[in-house]
Amino acid sequence: MKDNPIMRLAVRWNIPFMLIFALYTQTHGELGPGGGFQSGVIVAAAFVLYGLVFGGAEMRRVVPRWFTDLLGAVGVLIYAGAGVYAMAMGYEFLDHAALMPSNPGGAEPWGMTVVEYGVGITVFGVMMTIFNEITEGTNPEDNEPTDDSADTEYGS
Amino acid sequence: MELIRHNLPALIVVTPLVMGLLTSIIGRRGLGWWMAMATTAAGLAMSVQLLVDVLSQGDRTVEYLMGNWPVPFGIGYSVDPLNATVLLIVSLLSAVITLYARKSVASEVPAGKLNFFYALWLFCITGLLGITITGDAFNLYVLLEISSLSTYTLVALGKERNRRALTAAVNYVVLGSIGACFYLVGVAYLYMATGSLNIADIAERLQPIYASWGTEAPIYQKTVITGFAFMAVGLSLKLALFPLHGWLPNAYTYAPSSVSALLASTATKVGAYAFIRVVFTLMGVGFAFGRLHTDVALMLCSGAAILVGSWLAIRQNNVKKLLAYSSIAQIGYIALGFALANKDGITASVIHLFNHALTKGGMFLALGVVMYRVGGTRLQDLRGLGRKLPLTMGAFTAGGLGLIGVPLTSGFISKWYLVSACLEQGRYELAGIVLVGSVLALVYVWRVVETIYFGKREDEVTVREAPASMLVPTLILVGASIYFGVDSSFTTHLAGEAADFLLKVKP
Repeated sequence: MKDNPIMRLAVRWNIPFMLIFALYTQTHGELGPGGGFQSGVIVAAAFVLYGLVFGGAEMRRVVPRWFTDLLGAVGVLIYAGAGVYAMAMGYEFLDHAALMPSNPGGAEPWGMTVVEYGVGITVFGVMMTIFNEITEGTNPEDNEPTDDSADTEYGS
Repeated sequence: MELIRHNLPALIVVTPLVMGLLTSIIGRRGLGWWMAMATTAAGLAMSVQLLVDVLSQGDRTVEYLMGNWPVPFGIGYSVDPLNATVLLIVSLLSAVITLYARKSVASEVPAGKLNFFYALWLFCITGLLGITITGDAFNLYVLLEISSLSTYTLVALGKERNRRALTAAVNYVVLGSIGACFYLVGVAYLYMATGSLNIADIAERLQPIYASWGTEAPIYQKTVITGFAFMAVGLSLKLALFPLHGWLPNAYTYAPSSVSALLASTATKVGAYAFIRVVFTLMGVGFAFGRLHTDVALMLCSGAAILVGSWLAIRQNNVKKLLAYSSIAQIGYIALGFALANKDGITASVIHLFNHALTKGGMFLALGVVMYRVGGTRLQDLRGLGRKLPLTMGAFTAGGLGLIGVPLTSGFISKWYLVSACLEQGRYELAGIVLVGSVLALVYVWRVVETIYFGKREDEVTVREAPASMLVPTLILVGASIYFGVDSSFTTHLAGEAADFLLKVKP
């Protein structure tokens, strides 16, 4: 598919808008449909689209596997970290008032923001891991070079 | 210290979760095991402290509010003697089996996956501890899925030794998902009727609903009954109660040895705990047993589980599978205990949760040694091992005596309470089934023991005794199961507290 100029152009033009829309869903989740989960999926969709057209190996050159695998755990750690921070400050687990003790009501949105970014990062990481697993084959120990036929399967 | 103590109910679940995530990132090579070991040891310390805290309270409960949201709105964790005991079982067994796991896992799981193995191991423990401690019906579902999803993967990791682990895992995925779904549907029906997800709150809001059923205008009668039916069937699948046990034998047989031990000694126990919680705290005995007569169905299923499970165990040639079928029978004893719904019955149930976890855990660990040293767990692999692995096989035999229920083993204590509970209810036929089950257990244990001590090996291979890191945990578990058979005051005291709490007897 990477030889098709229309596809290449469409993908190149679409990906920035998808990323911006993902950022919008991430930050405006409370106003419209959205939130961390959806934004993570949209970011991942942008990269998956890139991978579908230019091939999985090319996509893994842009976002390496170790990076997306790492993000899957980092996001949950951010979520849990917000809770552990509250505990360390003498509040209950996930009591976001710990972020701003003078204004507990105002702290809640900040806490939720942190949590939502954690969710977004994890969802992005896991979606990418799933896509990598499908395109790369199931065994990460396989050190065989990725043959091109695996990537052009999506093409013709 | 005060900070930790106040947050214990949350920490007990959050610690393995966070450590599991860290393990998946940095736990490569040997580090993964060290992190898992430190976490489970800390978990054991925390659950002991929690148990002490609970028993020192006047009303025998410790409450914790997640994010400080009041209870019907937020998630509340509530600890009482019953789940404090199950927490102790899960964290004790997970700590001892993790101690054992290092060499066994290294020989059965590819080295590049060890960090993910121990991450999943910790997630599984997170889920099991969470199911036990949570006071929220929906949160219970979430944690059930955390533990189940990691268990499916752990079972599938047995594929390096035997490809059938993959089919066993898929089979488990399908049935486990159906079970979890049914539970979730049940929660949804109850939410429809009561508008609440907190277990204690639902129980309170169900009272006026129950009261309306005898009158002209019954409200939500079909909804509540349907909800309970879904929950009961879903949880029965999870605890592998006969005839919903289909996933269990292969999953236990083809999983890596340490995973089999962890699953056999904790996963089904937690399922049984969830069932007890739903029947006694959520729905109430008066509804579940009094009105719907679920106890009759439970007695039928558990009686059949004891007989059929033991019978099928006799016919197995793979000793791991034999123990798996024996587990189905033992789950029958546990279910039979709480189906009787009197103090002795529940005491027997809770004691058997504890004793069977120790006994079966120890036996699976002994089999793990056989797998490590000999490379298989079929009956012919065990031939004549009595002289080559005297300590391991001695532990296996002592565990087998516990399964039969020989006096001075912990199995005897559980069966004693169970039989006296049956007799108290005038259920002589059930007492008979328990005794027949013991005789059948004698047959399947004897088949193995005979092979171990009197079988002749054709191939005179040199088999050395297990390494100390595997031998010590095996001996700890089997030793504990003997100890609690000789001096059962600790277990009977705990189980009695739990039974009093469930039957609402004031301490």
